[in-house]
Amino acid sequence: MEFKAALPIYLQVMMMIKRDIVTGELQLGAKMPSVRDMALQFTINPNTVSRVYRELEREGICFTKRGMGTFVTEEKEKVEQLKEEMAQELVSQFLNGMKQLGISGEEAVRMIKESAEC
Amino acid sequence: MLECREITKTYGRKTAVDHVSLRFEPGKIYAMLGPNGSGKTTLMKMAVGLVKPNSGSFYYNGEKVGQESRREIAYMSTEPYFYNWMTVKDVGQYYADFFEDFSPEKYAQLIDRMELSMDMKAKTLSSGMMAKLKIAVTMARSAKVYLLDEPLNGIDLLARDEIMASILEATGPEVALVVSSHLVDELERIVDTAVFIKESHLIEVCEVEELRSQWGKSVADRYREIYGHGGESYAEADEI
Repeated sequence: MEFKAALPIYLQVMMMIKRDIVTGELQLGAKMPSVRDMALQFTINPNTVSRVYRELEREGICFTKRGMGTFVTEEKEKVEQLKEEMAQELVSQFLNGMKQLGISGEEAVRMIKESAEC
Repeated sequence: MLECREITKTYGRKTAVDHVSLRFEPGKIYAMLGPNGSGKTTLMKMAVGLVKPNSGSFYYNGEKVGQESRREIAYMSTEPYFYNWMTVKDVGQYYADFFEDFSPEKYAQLIDRMELSMDMKAKTLSSGMMAKLKIAVTMARSAKVYLLDEPLNGIDLLARDEIMASILEATGPEVALVVSSHLVDELERIVDTAVFIKESHLIEVCEVEELRSQWGKSVADRYREIYGHGGESYAEADEI
């Protein structure tokens, strides 16, 4: 996997895991790789992976079972919430981009509708 | 665990390392960065006690480095240090005789993974194969500190992946890894801390994720700022 060199790597890995959870690539309750395996898999620093798991846990997206490892949440609502957040993020990025082009919100909506129809 | 205070080394009129104070902690991977000739190799050699400083010292767990600390500090130098007649197997035996923490099983695994074989002769190895052999024999030790001088130099892409993996495998809460390089982008994603050395001085020590989150900069960005275009080599890529 490629990373942007100027963005914190732990955030990029978190984004990727969240996306995999939302798309179903990673299923509810699935066991995550160990810190070491994950670090090797992506060729990244193990401390970065620990941080990823810590942050995901703090956000309630993952949880750890003592001595068993890290698991994806079993709560479906959490995944829905993630999906919603990611969609909102895309919308706001899109609207920002349009704003920079001088296109109003209404105009943008009209363009989306047209695009979606065909 | 491994630190130096106000360490200086001169060769004749040339100062190789000038009043450098540094500290390496367990559980972290460090990149020691700087163009060729900036003092990285001399610093590492002083850390293992192979070069005597003119003033200041390196300490390992409070004691001056030397014979004793070498048991726990694995060092990989840039120059090849095997006799021509040696086979890959001999090299392992040589290390096993020297270092108690050398694991023949781990060595065999690494040799296998690096796609070398025990009966190859040192003199017939290409530079890429030699680099892999050096890494294998160094990482087959269970050391507390690994000092790797330019492990990625002159290595093709595939071998690089294997070397990076063997470096990552050696990490642990009690282990400190120091990797020197004048190539930044390879190390960008695997290190905790970047140490910038310029013209024999220590310029900066920074946590790389902090560099990214607080300043929006990559290690390569910072490298460019510090060395300007006089820096011998730096990353061009945005993606790593």
